[in-house]
Amino acid sequence: MRLTLFLAAALLPAAALAQPPASVAAPTPERQKEIVHLVRQDCGSCHGMNFGGGLGPSLKPEALRDKPVESLVATIYGGRPGTPMPPWHRFLSESEAEWVVERLLQGFPAE
Amino acid sequence: MRKILALLSVVLLSACATQPQVRGTGDLGLVIERASGHVTLIDTSKRAPYARIAGLGDLSHASAVYSRDGRYAYIFGRDGGLTKIDLLEARIVKRVIQSGNAIGGSISQDGRIVVAQNYTPGGIKAFDADTLELLSEVPAEYAPGKFAKVVGLADLTGNRFGYALFEGGEIRITDFSDPRRPTTQRFPAGNQPYDGLVTPDGRHYMAGLFGEDGIALLDTWKPEAGARKILEKYGRGEEKLPVFKMPHLRGWAVAQGKAYLPAIGRHEVLVVDTDNWREVGRIKLRGQPVFVMARPDGRQIWVNYAFPDNSWVEVIDTLTGQVVQSLQPGKAILHMEFTPRGEHVWLSARDDNKVLIYDTGSFAKVGEFAAQAPSGIFFTSRANRTGF
Ligand code: HEC
Repeated sequence: MRLTLFLAAALLPAAALAQPPASVAAPTPERQKEIVHLVRQDCGSCHGMNFGGGLGPSLKPEALRDKPVESLVATIYGGRPGTPMPPWHRFLSESEAEWVVERLLQGFPAE
Repeated sequence: MRKILALLSVVLLSACATQPQVRGTGDLGLVIERASGHVTLIDTSKRAPYARIAGLGDLSHASAVYSRDGRYAYIFGRDGGLTKIDLLEARIVKRVIQSGNAIGGSISQDGRIVVAQNYTPGGIKAFDADTLELLSEVPAEYAPGKFAKVVGLADLTGNRFGYALFEGGEIRITDFSDPRRPTTQRFPAGNQPYDGLVTPDGRHYMAGLFGEDGIALLDTWKPEAGARKILEKYGRGEEKLPVFKMPHLRGWAVAQGKAYLPAIGRHEVLVVDTDNWREVGRIKLRGQPVFVMARPDGRQIWVNYAFPDNSWVEVIDTLTGQVVQSLQPGKAILHMEFTPRGEHVWLSARDDNKVLIYDTGSFAKVGEFAAQAPSGIFFTSRANRTGF
């Protein structure tokens, strides 16, 4: 089940994301606040609150820059089976995951 | 005579102003304020903070250990900072940046060596507890040129330390009896150890495994027998639930001859008999347990949860093996700490910016105070416990 979700997450957005990601519809300001909190605090427990890395790797711009955006989005949305990276699709939509990756690449906003 | 008295009182008063009040440290402690690089010093008798110290860097996932006199705390920050704090004078004594990315630390049986465990570069480093001078380091090289993240560092007898390597799948024991020339033994443990603990008597080291169902167990009195696996296949081949936060293991897991251990990817606590290490029960819970902590007398086990169930705290009665209380004390309960004899438990509610104090007999809230995004709470009673 998880594997299929992961595969779906990995394959589906690939086509959609062939364009530069600037086209993502931004979440509402209210929702952005919630997402920033979630990412800083609850992703922070593995990646570090300032994203310098922990059990999970660094999510700073310089660490992510050379990685394909669609695979980063798929990782957040679907998780990475066999590693501690869990899937976040219950809490973030795909376009929100994309918004998170864009923000991470630019330097993530403070709370 | 009057003059002398007046003079004397001036001398005494000014002495008071510069010297710490004469008091013991047994009822003191600290709260990590993770977002702002502060620690708040607290008094468990007054149930209140008494000082706040700034300038500790990135404190997400920070932890602390104590000197054996309970006066100094050593705080390990995420950014590799190691800070020594004087609880009586409420100030930073010394601060060094010892690595790029740290996860915690431990203090030796004799209190003279502080050891930090690091993710990058992976390994452990030993420091003089007085001066924080670097004494030696042991890289976590598990294959030529490959370094692992160190997890689960715990003090053992004889100035030895147990720990595990996440990528390397091994348990190690490093002996610092000659602190500048440590020696290390390695034991294959299993797939992706994520944290470890030593039992309160200092004998057994356990590493929880993320990559497989089971816990690696090493008898440090008979290390030559190697590590073996307990609770093997506890998931019975069922699909794992996602783990949104890794559980934390520590000697508080042991109570009344049993160890209460968080399952990974199952909403359960696994109960093991510490005589024969066989599973004797499991307790269903509402989420992924993170801290599974026995009250010091072992009558109760308090459990908090990973996101998204982290507003809950539940209490298991060890006589009946049942959950007897479900509390919703606040938003994002990150940590719990018992007063030395367990009449109260202090809880950090990160998203409420509060520390809450509960009576463990009546489950009534008996106090609270403000703290900025509080995470770890550490009382000086840890100074006298192996594995803390
Ligand atoms: C329980 C720990 C944990 C949590 C919580 C967690 N991650 Fe991860 N994450 C990991 C690990 C471990 C990896 C590395 C997986 C691997 O080995 O390939 C990872 C990988 C990633 C990657 C891929 C990085 C790369 O260089 O390829 C991204 C992006 C990421 N995580 C984002 C997030 C976001 C966003 C959140 C919160 C919504 C989050 N993670 C929460 C553990 C975690």
